Amino acid sequence: MISDTLRQYISFDLFPLISAICVALSCGLIGNHLVLRRQSMMGDAISHAVLPGLVAAFLLASSRSPMVMFLGAGASALVTVGLIELVKRLGRVEPGAAMGVVFSVMFALGVLMLEQAAADHVDLDADCVLYGQLETLFFVAPTEWNQLFSVGTLNDIPTQVSTLLGLTILVIIFKVALHKELRIASFDPGLATTQGIHAGLITVLLMVMTAACAVASFEAVGSILVIAMLICPASTARLCTDRLSTQIKLSALFAITAAVIGYILASFVPEMLGMPSSLNAAGMISVVAGSMVALAAIVSPSHGLIAKSFRQRSLRKTVAIEDLIGLLYRAKETGTPRSTISSIAPAMNTKDINQVIQASTRQGLVTQTNNSLELTGAGQAAGAKIIRRHRLWEGYLVDQANIRPDNVHDIAEQLEHLPTDEPDSDTQTDPHGRPVPPHSD
Amino acid sequence: MTLLQTQPRSTLDARPEHSADNPLSVHAMTVAYHRKPVLWDVDYDAPPGSLVAIVGPNGAGKSTFIKACLGLIPAAAGTVEFWGKPYKHARADIGYVPQRESVDWDFPVSALDVVCMGLYRKIGWFKPIRKAHKAAAMESLDRMGLADYAHRQIAQLSGGQQQRVFLARALVQNAELYFMDEPFAGVDAATEAAIIEVLRELRSQGKTVIVVHHDLQTVPTYFDHAMLLNMRIVAAGPVSEIFTDENLNKTYGGRLTLLAEASEAVARAQQGQSTK
Repeated sequence: MISDTLRQYISFDLFPLISAICVALSCGLIGNHLVLRRQSMMGDAISHAVLPGLVAAFLLASSRSPMVMFLGAGASALVTVGLIELVKRLGRVEPGAAMGVVFSVMFALGVLMLEQAAADHVDLDADCVLYGQLETLFFVAPTEWNQLFSVGTLNDIPTQVSTLLGLTILVIIFKVALHKELRIASFDPGLATTQGIHAGLITVLLMVMTAACAVASFEAVGSILVIAMLICPASTARLCTDRLSTQIKLSALFAITAAVIGYILASFVPEMLGMPSSLNAAGMISVVAGSMVALAAIVSPSHGLIAKSFRQRSLRKTVAIEDLIGLLYRAKETGTPRSTISSIAPAMNTKDINQVIQASTRQGLVTQTNNSLELTGAGQAAGAKIIRRHRLWEGYLVDQANIRPDNVHDIAEQLEHLPTDEPDSDTQTDPHGRPVPPHSD
Repeated sequence: MTLLQTQPRSTLDARPEHSADNPLSVHAMTVAYHRKPVLWDVDYDAPPGSLVAIVGPNGAGKSTFIKACLGLIPAAAGTVEFWGKPYKHARADIGYVPQRESVDWDFPVSALDVVCMGLYRKIGWFKPIRKAHKAAAMESLDRMGLADYAHRQIAQLSGGQQQRVFLARALVQNAELYFMDEPFAGVDAATEAAIIEVLRELRSQGKTVIVVHHDLQTVPTYFDHAMLLNMRIVAAGPVSEIFTDENLNKTYGGRLTLLAEASEAVARAQQGQSTK
């Protein structure tokens, strides 16, 4: 026995949710390669440009079967590709502009055709091309559980939903079977072709799959969600990993998450907040997917803003400590074993010298008594190492790069901090006649 | 096309140097972009077991020559044969190292993933990469001194290391003939030494390597054959015979002397500055 509340959810929300997940998953998976090839715009173009073909196919064949729709879309895509080439040559514009002109005009033409057609056919709606009609995919749920999982229910599945399920399975097979072929064709088309994997053929297959996603998803969710899902989950995943296989798995996870969260936010939350009606699910899912990109750009451990600024801060700190012990080492070399903070501060390129001194003391490189600083044994060794690198680099710049001795200090000041090998040289003095400290280890 | 027809061409068989032993025989190759010829009527036979440098100024058609041989761009006219066979039937024995800049190094793959790509033909369509393939790729990376970097993402490698990954990818294919497009461009001294060592090893195994090369000074030390190219072949043959000032001048159209004068002038100016 299914309770009435649950039955209501199943009737009104099960198929829309399944559709949203299918669209998100299939577009999200295909989008990985569009994003990596820097061809996301192509997905945008295809999903817009197929509209006039879809409408024409519907009007000519008076059928909404997926096959007819796909043929129409295919014809539309071919016309689009031809027109883009034509505009590029005759209009003397860059490819992006040609693409933008053609696909927006094709889409507008599609909308006009749809409006005309809708006057005669009640079951066509011009508004749904943008944001779909997920909410209309309801079915009358049975009252018993065993009836729900029976063959009879299968027959009640709306065509849009079964088309989307088929598409999702097709996309998963495509991605799994051709994983390595897609990878090599996206990374190095020339090598792919010499390896017998024709890169042009793979590109065509990828575009056909993109078109298939756009066509199958169109009626249920509209073009906005298709575009968002072709780009957002893959971009989010790219920000979180440097491995393609992980990226693809993450993109699938993010796509499903966006679909579920977006659907819940659109359908249930407005009601709970006491708003009169629910929001458009496709639009809300797209907003969630976009927010996930923004979130990843900020908090991703490898490419996020926070991680980056943290790494930069820690690098600045290391450089500042190296500068401090370098200065103390030089001072000691000229006969001042103890330096005062006020004498060091002007030479340091840092805002907060006390912080640097504290960090150096914590690392056991420097001891501080009142206002004066002294290098410890470890500090002395570290100072020798940094000054050695500095003076070897100066020598290298004068000998190998023919730079005048007067001008090498500033460059060496930067090179000394690099984690590369020091210049290979056995000179005892730098270009200014100062001794090069011996190699410590 | 009318121009081509007015020049009667000898057939492949009529040319004494042609033989089925030659890893590469190019005959009357013409390549054009937008009706502007890039390569004009190129005839070339690469001898087996040799290191060949392709030398010429920018825009001379060096990369185009390699790509047209491999069928990556269509030739307007001419034939290309490998051991007397068309490319289709010789593919397995031909390796290709594209220019380093030709790919996106931000791509989310590891060095090992890239080297495995050299085995995709052997693995075949739809089939997964197995442990044995990864082991072979690992061995090839090790040979280039990059075993420790196998699992790094390729963007984290230096330019020289990236070039060595490309070379490892070609080696793992175990081809008989290699085309390399500027493998020495922008690499460090250690990488240059590693690459030249591999080239010599390949030659000692009787393989042929055809390399687009831009550093004229190292041509006589690194290579035994050279092809001087500037849209047409200016000269081709053993370096000791054809690598002459006269041929180089013809190839670079006098620009070489200009270049040498310019660099001398710069050197003089700098010396004057540092003695001040």
